[in-house]
Amino acid sequence: MENEVLEIFLQFLKAFAVGGGICLIAQIIINFTDLTAGKILVYFMLAGVVLTAIGVYQPLVEFAGAGATVPISGFGYLLANGAMKGAEKGFFYAITGSLTAASAGVTAAVVFAFIMALIFKSRTKRS
Amino acid sequence: MTGKSSDNFNKNYLQYVKTQDPPTQHFKNCAAAFGVGGLICCIGQFIRYMLEYAGLSGDELAGATSIVLIFLGCFLTGLGVYDRIGRYAGAGSIVPITGFANSVTSPAIEFKTEGWIYGMAAKMFTVAGAIIVFGVFSGVLVGLIYLFV
Repeated sequence: MENEVLEIFLQFLKAFAVGGGICLIAQIIINFTDLTAGKILVYFMLAGVVLTAIGVYQPLVEFAGAGATVPISGFGYLLANGAMKGAEKGFFYAITGSLTAASAGVTAAVVFAFIMALIFKSRTKRS
Repeated sequence: MTGKSSDNFNKNYLQYVKTQDPPTQHFKNCAAAFGVGGLICCIGQFIRYMLEYAGLSGDELAGATSIVLIFLGCFLTGLGVYDRIGRYAGAGSIVPITGFANSVTSPAIEFKTEGWIYGMAAKMFTVAGAIIVFGVFSGVLVGLIYLFV
């Protein structure tokens, strides 16, 4: 029991450190270049795809859990992982595997954004 | 005023601006990004534990976790809370999946006034569209490479 609590605490600590670290890298890049939020998202997603493809991201996911899957690079991990798993099954699944794996995230984003657009009105930006 | 002296003036001015720029701003930005980003990941970890406790596992667990986080991101964007977090946390709120949800919801709400089809629906993908385009393309590449190598 004691051990289990400690393990969960450690898992949160690892998620905080790795997830925060990924955001920190992004913030440093934003500070020293003039990349916009959209470009940062695309680059980090692509970095996730590449790191997964060369086998670096999987160990990070196993180590940090949500710390590695929650940042947008985890979305890239999902895409690449789906494609790699699909490639084992054949040509068709190699093509469709990535978007199949990411379908939960994309569907959720579209459906919830639609609902929020129905409910909320655009507010003037307050500072 | 000749071009040279105005260049000089600009250079001096830029140097002056640099000296007035507080160097601590970088540190403050980075600390906020690290803290908020880490915190969002911890919330993700917490949701993951809760859903695991509820009996989910494997791909279902990972998918459900991101669905809950995306819902939170969309809802807080609708309330206008997420933009306020973003002003403080910078990359700490952009990089997590909730930032992706924010980038979808924010234009969807904002461009509602331009109509449902060309406004809300089309503008929804101004940022997310780029992510999906590059994501799908690179995903297919990875799939093909793994298939043939």
